[in-house]
Amino acid sequence: MTYKISRRRFGQLAIATSALAALYEYNFAKSNIQALAKQSPAWQGGNIPKLTKVNVNFQVNGTKQAVEVDSRMSLLDCLREKLKLTGSKKGCDHGQCGACTVMVNGRRINSCLTFACMHEGDEITTIEGLAKDGNLHPMQEAFIAHDGFQCGYCTPGQIMSAVALLSETCGKQDSDVAECMSGNICRCAAYPNIVAAIQEVRKGKVNASL
Amino acid sequence: MGSVGKDIAHDSAVGHVSGESIYIDDMAFAKNELIVDFYASPVANGKIVSIDLTRASNVPGIVGLYTHKDIEGHNKFGPIIADEYLLAEEKVEFIGQPIVVIAGETRKAVLAARKVIDVKIDVLEPTLTIDQSIARKQYLAEPRFIKRGDVDAGFAEADHILEGRFISGGQDHFYLEGQAAIVYPGEYDNLVVHSSTQHPSEVQEVIAHVLGLQQNQVVCITKRMGGGFGGKECQATHPACMASLVAHKTKRPARIVYNKDDDMSFTGGRHPFQNDYKVGFTKDGVITALKTDLYTNGGAANDLSTAVLGRAMTHADNAYFIANAHINGYACKTNLPPNTAFRGFGGPQGVVNIENIMEEIALFLGKDPFDVRSANCYGIEERNTTPYGQIVYNNLLPALLKKVAETSDYKNRLEAVKKFNQTSKTHLKGISITPVKFGISFTTKFLNQANAMVLIYKDGTVLVSTGATEMGQGANTKIRQLVADEFAIDPNMVIMAPTATDKNNNTSATAASAATDLNGSAAVDACVKIRQRLAECAANYLSSDGAGISPSPSHIVFADGNVFDKRRPDKKLTFAEIVSAAYHERINLGERGFYATPGIDFNWKTGVGQPFLYYTQGAACSEVLIDRFTGELKVVRADLWMDIGKSINPGIDRGQITGAYIQGMGWVTTEELRRSEDGVLLSHSPTTYKIPNVQDMPRVFNVDLFDNDKNDVNIKGSKAVGEPPFLLAISVWTAVKQAIASVSKEAAQKLKLPATNEEIIMCMATSKKSALASAKQTKA
Repeated sequence: MTYKISRRRFGQLAIATSALAALYEYNFAKSNIQALAKQSPAWQGGNIPKLTKVNVNFQVNGTKQAVEVDSRMSLLDCLREKLKLTGSKKGCDHGQCGACTVMVNGRRINSCLTFACMHEGDEITTIEGLAKDGNLHPMQEAFIAHDGFQCGYCTPGQIMSAVALLSETCGKQDSDVAECMSGNICRCAAYPNIVAAIQEVRKGKVNASL
Repeated sequence: MGSVGKDIAHDSAVGHVSGESIYIDDMAFAKNELIVDFYASPVANGKIVSIDLTRASNVPGIVGLYTHKDIEGHNKFGPIIADEYLLAEEKVEFIGQPIVVIAGETRKAVLAARKVIDVKIDVLEPTLTIDQSIARKQYLAEPRFIKRGDVDAGFAEADHILEGRFISGGQDHFYLEGQAAIVYPGEYDNLVVHSSTQHPSEVQEVIAHVLGLQQNQVVCITKRMGGGFGGKECQATHPACMASLVAHKTKRPARIVYNKDDDMSFTGGRHPFQNDYKVGFTKDGVITALKTDLYTNGGAANDLSTAVLGRAMTHADNAYFIANAHINGYACKTNLPPNTAFRGFGGPQGVVNIENIMEEIALFLGKDPFDVRSANCYGIEERNTTPYGQIVYNNLLPALLKKVAETSDYKNRLEAVKKFNQTSKTHLKGISITPVKFGISFTTKFLNQANAMVLIYKDGTVLVSTGATEMGQGANTKIRQLVADEFAIDPNMVIMAPTATDKNNNTSATAASAATDLNGSAAVDACVKIRQRLAECAANYLSSDGAGISPSPSHIVFADGNVFDKRRPDKKLTFAEIVSAAYHERINLGERGFYATPGIDFNWKTGVGQPFLYYTQGAACSEVLIDRFTGELKVVRADLWMDIGKSINPGIDRGQITGAYIQGMGWVTTEELRRSEDGVLLSHSPTTYKIPNVQDMPRVFNVDLFDNDKNDVNIKGSKAVGEPPFLLAISVWTAVKQAIASVSKEAAQKLKLPATNEEIIMCMATSKKSALASAKQTKA
């Protein structure tokens, strides 16, 4: 995907990135554990919980998806492993770090703390769904302009939180933004730049909502 | 017009904001790929009696279970001392030590097997603390010494002598991306390893060593890390080895990714220190002698502990001239996971020791600590030699101290803080300035080398690969700028290849803040060689066609994407045109560059040397606000000044400075690794381990770069920046100490690091003038 972006004092920059994913055949372990269990009489059972497969239909980044999931599969794992949307990151897997933040029906949630099967009929937006027609979302551009990241691992979650914040009740001050962004931690501590990026978008006249 | 010195965007900016950047666990699953995990020792110290894998091997989907007996090469390795086992043999020495490697078709199967592996261990009493290690005489290596002058004479000369103990705690790296690797087996037992590591060459070397392969059979590739901070310098090796063992045995791709809780519990972090000191000083607070014993908790294996201790010792002076110094270092062996590199690498622990001593002297004399610091600061012409014999050239420390005091309005704010503390019944304030002088270079001489490969393609685009790994610090971006400027082309014409051992051999870790210094210099070396060849080609080309000049490479200029002869500046070739011409003239358009830091060495037998190429310097003023009833702490304002020479990318460097300071704030305030009596880490996730979040950043945060164009020893006059600003956060701790001292000197003297809310309230609660006591008085 090629995005057009602009950045301070650096003019137009166009970078082509290609998804490495395409290099490898996606073949996430399909093994049917229950079937294997029957072939293995020595196994006493009880270690692997019985699986319940569930069909779930939802829209992800505007595309209808029908997936069969284990009933206990988190939305994060479903996005990453079933739909190959690896932009949402697994940091702590406990709902404490915010790296997995996505939007469900316009509200931000930790996708590691919700089961995929609970989202029948929902509209889900991930970091991959923010750019439109080859143009980055203003929040994505602002994060680039302000160096709102270092290692980049928390960045998708930060940006999804930041975009959701635009349509939430949040005061005008930097401290208000900090309060609203407190669920997303960044070990590189790019916090000042993250707040600056968000404030630029909030003050800007561009229509920065989704 | 070059790009060096400009704020160009991070190399991976677009990928990071769009979610397209690929980290290890984002790589698509390959056909037949196996999930790898391991059974870890649940006890800190014990003898293995038996390992029963029967039930685990019957779990459906389990493909392989491997113990140390399955290792065909060597089970023992280590970056300095070969004292680590990949898989435990007779004994286990820390919680999390791998015993059995598990390979399965699915994560569920692997986790199920992990639960039913039956290892019987005779549990022994663990050694967890430095005191226990000293009592049991358990050390990782021989003690080290740095001695200068005559401490006894210095103490005799002193007006006052203070003795004390200072304790600083550990820190978890908390890189958001856990340790991870994927290994693809190839022909003839060859392996391609993708690892989230700061040190691909070490991963390659240790895998070959463990599996009994030649090093040229293993390629390690690192595209990027989701944070490293030192935690992936040595300890990325173990997961990569375990996945390699599986790939080697099964001939199937193998993936290992540590979850956050395992990662925090099983891998080492920053070294805790316990330091005893005796300091002599004049009535004006000038130190006449210092004797200090630095004890560090190295954990169960040396890892990098002796090197970390060495840096703590060479930073035990920080910014201060100590005429008579005796610095001893002891690396304690305990039953914690081996502690390892962490941003600052012992430097912060050495520096905070002397900064605490500065506070103690000031408290004793009733002086402003800033004045005590200024009185002891390294001089320009005299009093400018470190205890290990290196002269502090280009010393900006006095200027930095003066500057930060001015711009932070320190003296006036100090008075305001004093008044506040006299009147407020609910809160306390503290304000403090601390400097930093951080030595740049690996203290192990041979590590200070780098190679780079620069390839120019026929369309004039450039591909660069070096040994530098990218963990967000922007090394790739800076190297890209350096290369672009050598050819006077747009940085967009330059791409940094993933770090890989088949392109750059025998590389050093991306560490010691020196990735750009070393690898950037090597890349420029390659560029200079190619540019010379291009200039020769251009000289011939541009002097032909009746131009009336003879070919002269020294007249060839590369500027703004063009190449021309100074004498005929109207006739310009684009860079792509001269590259194409050179190709057709059969001129080599690829080159290897090399760099070895000149003139550095250190002798640990004598404790004397020239270990650093230069020092990165800075100073910070921090003000804290403390709730007297809860101990809650806020950093209300921070003013930072850093001398980083001529910055290659000020935007990226500014990010390093603010990020390092905030990470340092975490070390000195909220981040506490709390363990049970058995050594189980209790704070092993963000629910119980508090790293700074966005609300913890200083409410007023001023960051400035100090002008310095005199650092002529490093690439483009720049200075390394990754670690030094971490130490500026020590001013937060000293500010807390001052705030508490305003209530009770006695309480302030007890303060440990980190100054958590609990630590602060407990310190104050034991003082007679505690908040609770004064609250009672207020009520009465």
